[in-house]
Amino acid sequence: MADTISFLKPRDAVLSRRAAIIADLTELLPPECLVHEARELVPFETDAFVSYRRLPLAVALPKTTAQVAAVMKYCHRYGIPVVPRGAGTSLSGGAIPQEDAVVLGLSKMSRILEVDYANRTATVQAGVTNLNISEAVGVDGFFYAPDPSSQLACTIGGNIGMNSGGAHCLKYGVTTNNLLGVKMVLVDGTVIELGGKHLDAAGYDLLGLVCGSEGQLGIVTEAVVRLIAKPEGARPVLFGFDTSEHAGACVADIIGSGIIPVAIEFMDKPAIEICEAFAHAGYPLDVEALLIVEVEGSEAEMEAMLKAIVEIAGRHGVKTVRESQSATEAALIWKGRKSAFGATGRIADYICMDGTVPLGKLSYVLNKTSEIVDRFGLRVANVFHAGDGNMHPLILFNANDPEDAARAEEAGNEILKLCVDAGGCLTGEHGVGIEKRDLMRHQYSEADLNQQMAVRYAFDEGWILNPSKVFPLDGRPAA
Amino acid sequence: MTLIPNSETDAAYIIRNAAGDGKKLALCGGNTRAGFGNSVEPAEMVSSTGLSGIVDYEPAEMVMTVRAGTPVAEIEAALAANRQMMAFEPMDHRGVMGTLGEPTIGGVFAANVSGPRRFVSGAARDSLLGIRFINGRGEAIRAGGRVMKNVTGLDLVKLLAGSQGTLGFLTEVTFRVLPVPQTVETIVISGLDDTAAAKAMAAAMALPVEVSGAAHLPQTVRFRFLGGALPSGEATVLRLEGLVASVSVRAEKLAAVMEAFGPVSRLGSEESQTLWRQIRDVYPYSDGTLKPVWRVSVAPSAGHQLVAALRLQTGVDAFYDWQGGLVWMRMEADPEADLLRRYIRALGGGHATLLRASDAVRAQTSAFEPLPDAVAALSARVKQKLDPAGIFCPGKMGYASPTAGGIL
Repeated sequence: MADTISFLKPRDAVLSRRAAIIADLTELLPPECLVHEARELVPFETDAFVSYRRLPLAVALPKTTAQVAAVMKYCHRYGIPVVPRGAGTSLSGGAIPQEDAVVLGLSKMSRILEVDYANRTATVQAGVTNLNISEAVGVDGFFYAPDPSSQLACTIGGNIGMNSGGAHCLKYGVTTNNLLGVKMVLVDGTVIELGGKHLDAAGYDLLGLVCGSEGQLGIVTEAVVRLIAKPEGARPVLFGFDTSEHAGACVADIIGSGIIPVAIEFMDKPAIEICEAFAHAGYPLDVEALLIVEVEGSEAEMEAMLKAIVEIAGRHGVKTVRESQSATEAALIWKGRKSAFGATGRIADYICMDGTVPLGKLSYVLNKTSEIVDRFGLRVANVFHAGDGNMHPLILFNANDPEDAARAEEAGNEILKLCVDAGGCLTGEHGVGIEKRDLMRHQYSEADLNQQMAVRYAFDEGWILNPSKVFPLDGRPAA
Repeated sequence: MTLIPNSETDAAYIIRNAAGDGKKLALCGGNTRAGFGNSVEPAEMVSSTGLSGIVDYEPAEMVMTVRAGTPVAEIEAALAANRQMMAFEPMDHRGVMGTLGEPTIGGVFAANVSGPRRFVSGAARDSLLGIRFINGRGEAIRAGGRVMKNVTGLDLVKLLAGSQGTLGFLTEVTFRVLPVPQTVETIVISGLDDTAAAKAMAAAMALPVEVSGAAHLPQTVRFRFLGGALPSGEATVLRLEGLVASVSVRAEKLAAVMEAFGPVSRLGSEESQTLWRQIRDVYPYSDGTLKPVWRVSVAPSAGHQLVAALRLQTGVDAFYDWQGGLVWMRMEADPEADLLRRYIRALGGGHATLLRASDAVRAQTSAFEPLPDAVAALSARVKQKLDPAGIFCPGKMGYASPTAGGIL
């Protein structure tokens, strides 16, 4: 287990009252909604950022907003840290608890409350999975646009916490652009509603502030999300290039041409090899870089766009062009890409970076990334959303070798700094969590960070909501 | 007197001094949106017009960085030269507000000003990627960045967007732009009453044809558009944009479905552009009067119900954008704020903003929808963290609950 990243020191006043706290929580929640036996707490000790783990004090799994409010009110009164949790798929450690914390898991609040096609909205509980929404409305010709890779498991509450994206946000935007309202429990147990089925809520855009706030401002228990009419069809085309520079220039040219594909995905040679060995998608193995470009719409529209896109690729020395002629072929093109993380996980342990860079810097950052990883004696596979510059270098290492793990972490940090220096940011869609917390000063000045933390105080004066996350532990201003 | 700082440093200096003296400041750009918000005690104006010019524009990256005081017209010209645009279609308020001067991009974002495409492509705040601003302590703060995906820290960009100059003085903005569609076409369905129009627009939005504008122009306003050239009767208008090959196919499909609702006609690219600009700028109520104008945001299916309920009680003229979710209302006499807001709550919620009214009316009417106590208290705490001395237009956004103290 890695130990470079520290957590806040557990509050003695909380640890020493453990038995009393559990007894009190038993009063507030039905028996099936409270977990406190050490053995049963283990599944909650980490999330998808598995190198770090901490056993929480207890886990509350409320079924109603009122129960969430009761737990929050209690924890607020006694200064007990609360770590919100959806499905625990965070790649940045956003849901990793700490010894003195109550985990507030929303998994039992997983109902779709209302689907309203006339207004194109769905009202859901926070524990509903991302994919469940699209599945529920799919038969009626609608979908919910943000589609993170973990959409089978991840919850809408977690998506709101991290402002999740996905492959298709080039056209449809990320969570914040598809979120119309929330019901939310504030730190003291007050329940508020922000937004609704209407657009642009009155007053300050607190909804926009809450989205992506990583569980630091309150507990979202319900959400109103935007539904979109499903396009008639979608079709990907696959391009192979001799160099990543050519692929990068092709991406910039497609975007600059006025065509907005629904997705542009990039894979480098190591990623192609890993995915092909796993998924047998028929990816070309004699190229250095591969692009999957997907367009949507009617037959006529897709044809016109694909024709233009293939022409552009031709200007950038494309070596392989594979257009999908059927749904089976389209699925096969995507199969390799979609299995990238799983396939990588079979051959090595990896950490997945999430820096975003301006499109013009893609090739530069890719080359520098290779240099950095080489220097640390590690391997890297790059598979990412090129259309919006959101890079996902997967740094491969051996988790059983602590030195290897430390080197991977260090290489990752250098890559993220590189992204910031290239005009980008530390995280495009995974969130800061604990993973990038100590790099925040690389992106922001002291005044910038202090301003963010001051706003955080407006919501949580005692700093009990997900307290070890996002902001460096040192230098936090006093309340 | 208006202070016009020529640099971010100057702006910070002015604000730091004002905070020290407890002197109130009214922040503005070109001041074409003067009259937004509650009327507040007179304060010294600080204008961003001295901070002007495009800092960085990479058409291939679809991102532009400009100083906050840059005229919108200058930005639109630079974008047009590269066949790009601001997807959120910022409205020009000069007509309806009866103001003069040059709208600035800082004003657009500070008021979160959007147009007809907002209901599918997002508001100004959705395109805004990064900002620099001076907070109420006189500190220069950077938030967000210049990339489309960014979840690094709290999203202060959204908070400042639409804060009406009450949280900070914007000095620079970075926003996403999009290619101008190759062509535009509008499907017009004639003769539908408000209820039938709501049904038709909902049906259109359920089709996979990517409607990018859905408005309903009742009989009282229809003749004001396109110099009266729309077919007679009410006009329900649906906009399609994109590649020529694709728009014609989608237009056929949409027209075929809409024929079940009423007679269908079509407008070409040029007329469409004029029509949607006139809808965007609330052309029918750009009438040189001070009759109260409301901008109401509700669920799309509630818009016409709201107007129908109000009509039984008072003189009101209205038309609809955003599939019915944006209702522009001109009141005959009294603004009827309480009645309007009661009906909005009864119909599932939303908000009404008094955009225009005489000074006497404005003095007695809350311009923005009053917030529930808990949200008002939270908002006041947020304001206090950005503007601790309370110097940026206190009261403009509305009063917080007495228990929370502080004024937005």
